[in-house]
Amino acid sequence: MFSKINELRESKIYKHFVSQPLAVVALIVITLLFLGAVLAPIIAPQDPYAMDKLSLGDSLLPPIWMEGGKAPFILGTDVQGRDIFSTILYGSRTSFIVGLSVVTISGIFGGIIGLFAGYFGGIFDSIVMRSADTVLSFSKTLIAMLLLGIFKQSSMLLVILAIVISDWVQYARTIRGEVLSVKEEEYVLASKAIGGTHLRTIFKHVLPNAVSPLLVVGAVDFGIAVMLEATLSFLGVGVPVTQPSLGMLISQGRNYLYAGKWWLIVFPGLTLMAIVFSLNLISDWLRDEIDPKVSNF
Amino acid sequence: MSSYIGRRILQGIVVLFLVSFIAFIIFQYLGDPVMTLAGRYATQAQREEVRQSLGLDKPFYVQYFNFLKNALQGNFGMSYVTRVPVLDLIAERLPASIELAFVAESFAVIMGVSLGVFVSANPKSIMSKFLMTGSLFGVSLPTFLVGILLIYIFSIKLGIMPSSGRGETITILNFWRSGLLTLDGWRHVILPAFTLGMFQMALLFRITRGAMLEVLSAEYIRTAWAKGLKGKMVLFKHALRNALIPVVTMIGLQFGQLIGFAIVTESIFQWPGAGNLLLNSLYESDFPVVATYVIMVALIVVFLNVIVDISYAFLNPKIRYK
Repeated sequence: MFSKINELRESKIYKHFVSQPLAVVALIVITLLFLGAVLAPIIAPQDPYAMDKLSLGDSLLPPIWMEGGKAPFILGTDVQGRDIFSTILYGSRTSFIVGLSVVTISGIFGGIIGLFAGYFGGIFDSIVMRSADTVLSFSKTLIAMLLLGIFKQSSMLLVILAIVISDWVQYARTIRGEVLSVKEEEYVLASKAIGGTHLRTIFKHVLPNAVSPLLVVGAVDFGIAVMLEATLSFLGVGVPVTQPSLGMLISQGRNYLYAGKWWLIVFPGLTLMAIVFSLNLISDWLRDEIDPKVSNF
Repeated sequence: MSSYIGRRILQGIVVLFLVSFIAFIIFQYLGDPVMTLAGRYATQAQREEVRQSLGLDKPFYVQYFNFLKNALQGNFGMSYVTRVPVLDLIAERLPASIELAFVAESFAVIMGVSLGVFVSANPKSIMSKFLMTGSLFGVSLPTFLVGILLIYIFSIKLGIMPSSGRGETITILNFWRSGLLTLDGWRHVILPAFTLGMFQMALLFRITRGAMLEVLSAEYIRTAWAKGLKGKMVLFKHALRNALIPVVTMIGLQFGQLIGFAIVTESIFQWPGAGNLLLNSLYESDFPVVATYVIMVALIVVFLNVIVDISYAFLNPKIRYK
């Protein structure tokens, strides 16, 4: 156990990591937010979606440090008397579920398509890459908004799929580029020469050597998916109203902004920013680690 | 070079066909146009009449062909909600969207590129480090949040900026209602343009910086310094010119994103543009408007992509002489 830890301490990746204080902070922040989301039912002072627990007498209370604030509502309450801190914890669950699912599904689907496109080339490759160009030139926000808006249905699964439909493309492009250079390497040629099947060569030799840039794409994409879900829910075409979401909280709080109830927007907004900003910092650090050549965005 | 451009144009046409097909499906098969146009209390015979007038009784490919023919003549049908030809509806809203996008993009390009050049020229300064982290922050802020916070600070708290609409407009050339010719119009455009442009600015800043750093390490730049040329001359004439290639590509490629963000921005600031129209049409299931909007966006995006490819060829002799 201890030797493992020491080994980790000696490793290059660890040393680089601690030399980047911003990345360390980002990792701590994202871990805390993630734990908060997972443990929401345990640590939230109130279940904001159990209507019988809400009291209208607690409606629109300011944060606890301001005049009129009241325990246990640390960050204040909304018009229905819901604790903002609790709604944020529950809302960030949606963010994390959507973000993780989008990254996983897009990563696997796009990764496999890009792997095959790069390895085999030819017509399949052209079709995949041309459709990738096309999807990329349109806005993900627009595509997801149209899909969800047209069919007038909302569920978390549909939101995830509406994002994935244009999102897999970047994974496919990234891994294809890697495969193009890896497939000329000698160990790949050797695997073919000793009679390895295509599938064996692809998954045993090409994939492990082409997969690491996907980590960088995944970290950026995680943040983008979280922002996109929030945007869709803000516009009213995202997750159903019965489901807490940071975007929806902000959209509801917007109605009370003129009344000066800033806490309804600022705290969910800060949470959203913290999630995306941490992920971007981590991906920036990962990019420097994995591919020092491309330090631009 | 002509074969290069020809291939790009052909590719654009294929995309337009695909998008028109999707738009056709939205237009013809979503919602119930017969019910909407004939009304809920129409008799069976009246409904049949409407069906025939819409061509819904014809085979699929005939319907698609008619749809294309009509679209090419600028006939996209009537809005279900307002009963006005869709094209008029969109044409009326378009100037507002174009002006907003123009101001936002100009702001993003000017600020993004100049900050990028500044940082690449002074990579070690504290200001540069600050800008780099700031730009990462800029791409981490969702558009809608930026808009709302700006409204809260500048319109509600400070009361110095209007929070919605275009303000005073002047009609020029009989069809273009412009808000950029009045002071009031400019006051109204600043917040939404900043909201829309911020993400692009942060992105262009990072791209410019990356491209400049790469170019600045090239041999010919060292030669330029060695010749004793002035700093400005080297930076702008020798380096920036070559660093602009990825920047121009990114501006073109990002235009589709800009349209997506514009919908959100227009909705927040109640900007009377095409994006706001699309959102309301989606809420009201006004599918002819949605279908037309989709085709229009595809036309703009494909056209811009071809332009980017051509200007790319002009900026990069390697492609020009291939």
